[in-house]
Amino acid sequence: MSILYQSQRAMRAKRQDAMRRGVIAVLDIGTHKLSCLILKFDQTNASAPAEGIGAMAGQANFRIIGAATTRSRGVRFGEIDSVQETERAIRTAVQAAQKMAQVRVDHVIVALAGARPRSYGLDGEMTLTSGTVTDGCVAEVLAACDVPDLGHGREVLHAQPVNFSLDHRTGLTDPRGHVGNRLSVDMHLLTIEAHAIETLLHCVKRCDLELAGLASAPYVAGVSSLVEDEQELGAACIDMGGGTTSLSIFIKKHMIYADTVRMGGDHVTGDISQGLQIPMNHAERIKTRFGGVMATGMDDREIIELESETGDWHHDRRTVTRAELIGVMRPRVEEILEEVRGRLEAAGFEHLPSQRIVLTGGASQIPGLDGLASRILGNQVRLGRPLRVQGLPQSTCGPAFSSCVGLALFAAYPQDEWWDFETPADRLPSRSLKRAVKWFRDNW
Amino acid sequence: MRPLIARRGPTRLPAPPVHEAHRDPAPSIWSYRVQRLWLTPLFHKLLRVGVPSFATVFLVGLYFADEARRTAIWDGAQEIRREIESRPEFRVNVLGVDGASDPVIEAIRGALALDLPMSSFDLDLAALRQRVEALPAVASADLRIQSGGYLAVRVTERVPALIWQTRDDTQLIDAEGHFVAGLADRPDHGPLPAVAGDGADRVVGEALALHAAAAPLGDRLLGLVRMGERRWDVVLTDGRRILLPEASPVQALDRALALNDATDILGRDVLRLDLRNPDRLTVQLTPHAMEELRRLRALEHDTRTGEQSG
Repeated sequence: MSILYQSQRAMRAKRQDAMRRGVIAVLDIGTHKLSCLILKFDQTNASAPAEGIGAMAGQANFRIIGAATTRSRGVRFGEIDSVQETERAIRTAVQAAQKMAQVRVDHVIVALAGARPRSYGLDGEMTLTSGTVTDGCVAEVLAACDVPDLGHGREVLHAQPVNFSLDHRTGLTDPRGHVGNRLSVDMHLLTIEAHAIETLLHCVKRCDLELAGLASAPYVAGVSSLVEDEQELGAACIDMGGGTTSLSIFIKKHMIYADTVRMGGDHVTGDISQGLQIPMNHAERIKTRFGGVMATGMDDREIIELESETGDWHHDRRTVTRAELIGVMRPRVEEILEEVRGRLEAAGFEHLPSQRIVLTGGASQIPGLDGLASRILGNQVRLGRPLRVQGLPQSTCGPAFSSCVGLALFAAYPQDEWWDFETPADRLPSRSLKRAVKWFRDNW
Repeated sequence: MRPLIARRGPTRLPAPPVHEAHRDPAPSIWSYRVQRLWLTPLFHKLLRVGVPSFATVFLVGLYFADEARRTAIWDGAQEIRREIESRPEFRVNVLGVDGASDPVIEAIRGALALDLPMSSFDLDLAALRQRVEALPAVASADLRIQSGGYLAVRVTERVPALIWQTRDDTQLIDAEGHFVAGLADRPDHGPLPAVAGDGADRVVGEALALHAAAAPLGDRLLGLVRMGERRWDVVLTDGRRILLPEASPVQALDRALALNDATDILGRDVLRLDLRNPDRLTVQLTPHAMEELRRLRALEHDTRTGEQSG
């Protein structure tokens, strides 16, 4: 835990360094595409979030000066599968974005979609000695959370304090300065598989970049595509990507749950390819052009020609109606949505005051998906697009880029994490000089 | 007839290429690194400013490393300069001197020793002015090149104020004590007061004041002599002297003249009138007068003491 604490703090220091320099890149490594945005922070408020609670220390303005998207290679289910291929893809995207921005970036923040995220809700409580809540108390109560057994080979990706309670009062976002006796905290802990982080680190290092932050793709997709009242009242963001469909639940502007269904748009393409016996790239084209999930009588008459050049005359001149195509696509989309519903039920989504569901991601562009999703997931379904961000090119405004844009927002307005607070003295290794210094500072 | 229902474009897709085996293009690691290096601001600046300027300096240095090229360029530049300087617009033809008498004009021409006509670029007016002002007869000079190739020298001459007789020769000095000319060179100097003695040229103002104060003496005044470089003697034509004190000699002279007016002391048989001690006037009689005085005193003594000498 302490190693994680140190490495996360090191990443945070790098992020602040990059924000002081004014340029940082965000990289969304997806299964289907890999996109890179270069952010330029204004010098007006370049002072990165100070020590302590970051979101309350002012916001930095940024604009996007470079954007590039490339087809992802070597990524399966949102995890890096072939290091060399992914590295080449990262190089392609970063080089193109740098060329557009005409600036060199050294620090990169990466979003990870896969790697089997697992959410934990933790709580910790402590008795206040001084009566008033200080920074140190917040750090102490965060440290007082008992961490469950995360399992072998898993790393903490996010550890965000969601809610503070002071005596009988709850729902405090910032308890500092309040007076009370018992301070308790609810923390959301998100873990992913450690090997995914290690592979990613290796890839980023091979591209001469430095990793300045890591974020979970469902979290950042929710940040960008949920509007403010949805984040406040409770909503689920379903990011339907190429290889994974990830979902995150927000309430009171904090993520409280994230999970991933390891199925996505590429599986739909695979189904088309298998069902119609056409190559994958052809299937992808047909899916994006004629795909849908709600068949109408009109679709029976719309005939799609499946051309190929195998030399077999009959095979080369097959046709298929759009209704047939929908018939191939719909079961898989339904399967995905039902899996999502299962995860939402497991997370207790129905107990939330508002059950808004926002579909975003590249696969959410299938026509008629909102109708199908409202049948499966509930009535309050809408299609979400990422927030408008200054300088974002038109081509990267679609729902496929919601996690990318969200990552940019995450870089600019990071939420408080557990490691943003100074670790309390009794958690430091004994005989540490830092501990002695802290004792002096506290007592003199 | 157009169908009422909008179609979504052609339903025929162009057949994809059979061999989709081509891989996605990606920059090689070296092209990626070179691009990043190129986008590094310092490197970028170095390459865009540093290298061309270095190359320029290096090539210029290489070109000028050859002695022959350097001299050729230097000679060419000098040639152009000479051509410009020798144009008639810059030529000085005539030297004119104003405000000086003829012998001084000759002396100035000789001192300048200009080989006219010459270019105005070759004239160092400041040095020429110093040369003119170094002449004893010139108080100040003002040189300017006027249009038409005319070098005008405007001169203020020194005005002789005193004739100063030294052990070696007799010369004219001006009111500030500067040498103007030898007496022989200026026969037409007019009546000037005469002084003598070492250091007289350093107190010309006092000498002139004394001379003015001695005006009642008229023709009897021969001149002033500086004694021991500290005080004055007034010398009269018959060899008599008035010895003036070191401090306030003019007042002393006035007193002596007042005494003369009252008692006509200078009309008597007096060799020197000594005013050096302000409290006490001393008179040196001529030997003849002295003898007469002694005789009279002896006579007076005999009269008082009876008929001893009888």
